[in-house]
Amino acid sequence: MTAITDKRGRWVKRQTRTTRITHWIWALSVFFLMGSGAQIFNAHPVLYFGDQSGFGFDNTVFSLAGEGRALPGWATIPSGVDLATGRVVHFFFAWVFVVAFLVWCVGAVASGHMWHDLMPRRADLRSLAGDIRQHAQLRFHHRRRYGPLQKLSYGAVLFGLFPLIVATGLAMSPAMNAAFPWLPEILGGRQTARTLHFAAATGVVLFILVHVVMVLLAGPVNEMRSMLTGWYKLDEGE
Amino acid sequence: MTRKILTRRRALRLAGAGLATASMSGCKVLDSLSDLGNPVRQYMERANQLTFAAQRGLLDRDALAREFTASDIRQPQRPNGVTNPQDAAYLEHVSTDFANYRLVVSGRVARPQSLSLADLHAMPARRQITRHDCVEGWSCIAQWTGVPLSEVLTRAGVEAGAKYIMLHCFDTIERSLSGGVKYYETIDMVDAMHAQTILAYGMNGATLPVPNGAPLRLRVERQLGYKMAKYIRAIEVIDDFSAIGRGRGGYWEDRGYEWYAGI
Repeated sequence: MTAITDKRGRWVKRQTRTTRITHWIWALSVFFLMGSGAQIFNAHPVLYFGDQSGFGFDNTVFSLAGEGRALPGWATIPSGVDLATGRVVHFFFAWVFVVAFLVWCVGAVASGHMWHDLMPRRADLRSLAGDIRQHAQLRFHHRRRYGPLQKLSYGAVLFGLFPLIVATGLAMSPAMNAAFPWLPEILGGRQTARTLHFAAATGVVLFILVHVVMVLLAGPVNEMRSMLTGWYKLDEGE
Repeated sequence: MTRKILTRRRALRLAGAGLATASMSGCKVLDSLSDLGNPVRQYMERANQLTFAAQRGLLDRDALAREFTASDIRQPQRPNGVTNPQDAAYLEHVSTDFANYRLVVSGRVARPQSLSLADLHAMPARRQITRHDCVEGWSCIAQWTGVPLSEVLTRAGVEAGAKYIMLHCFDTIERSLSGGVKYYETIDMVDAMHAQTILAYGMNGATLPVPNGAPLRLRVERQLGYKMAKYIRAIEVIDDFSAIGRGRGGYWEDRGYEWYAGI
């Protein structure tokens, strides 16, 4: 990644067009997936362990069952009780999300983004403690490559939460279960898969909260510019 | 070189503003998507046709849903929807223990049928322990005994090219000023002829009870529960369901749910 210099400072082309486009497609689709997912969760706001839901026995992992709706209307799409529409929205954006993810994977391998920017190296692990300390002090570096915490958090989302959320989503499909019985099997049964699906969704929400706060703290103009135009302004001396 | 950009107070203020914006965006604007005629919704519904095409095209059409063992039956099958129909014709059958019940098979068939429960019991039977997945999200494992739908359809002689099996039910699921709406469902021939698609008359080793759809209910093991019509009165072989109900192929489909419920 070669830097160029102009009178305003030193710049690198941080993000490829594939990364920028897929990033914003994810942002949009995750917004709709979370809202419609909350709608779907409210239809039966209880999570279980295993193949089935315990009504005559107890295998409940988590429950928001009670009077009224589990998750409030502002968190669901649509805001009223409407499972049918929630499912329409959810499956539409599930396709959008998955296609964008596949496009990103191909682009990230082809451009070297996967290998050069996301793969943690020994040097990252050595500087991890220092990186955590500096984040805690709200001191952020603007370098050519991602720092250790960025690599770990982006890696956990892209190679952990995203594949898990797709796999657990497909594992809830009865047609997929018939064709690929091993899918719910390796995930601990359909109801465990459903539990993991909502757990992974919660993980994605937590990531986004931290991600947005980090962007605001690290310099929203520079960070947003890099995800819109690709160009990222480096710290002096980088 | 590093720099400290924000004080903690400023950071908190920014986070608060962000949260307020996010909560406002759980907006009512999206509520128009609930309208079945909304063009954006109709566009989004096409994703379900994509799912249907992908699953029918890529997955083994004869693949069997997983069958469980007797030890997996740990609770009664949870009934859902209508659990105690009050329709006169149905109550009449209940009072006579379905002695005069006849399953009528009509439509695009060479030999229309009128089958008593004894006739159905005399036909080849299939028993399977399967997981019932409700669209709400829960699952329940039970044993189902019945006659494969393919046996009934073969006996009736389905005409070549016929597309759908429509299930007419006894139960009125909705009462409105314009009259009652009876439950109905449609499935395509791939699911109708599938080995595990049965007209169940037995459940968990006993006669199918009223809450679960007596005397006859459908099992379509690779789709969600709402496809598995209960209280079946008649079977009709059809080519098109656009003129039935609101034209979407089933009671719940007419209320916004997908016709293909394999996901």
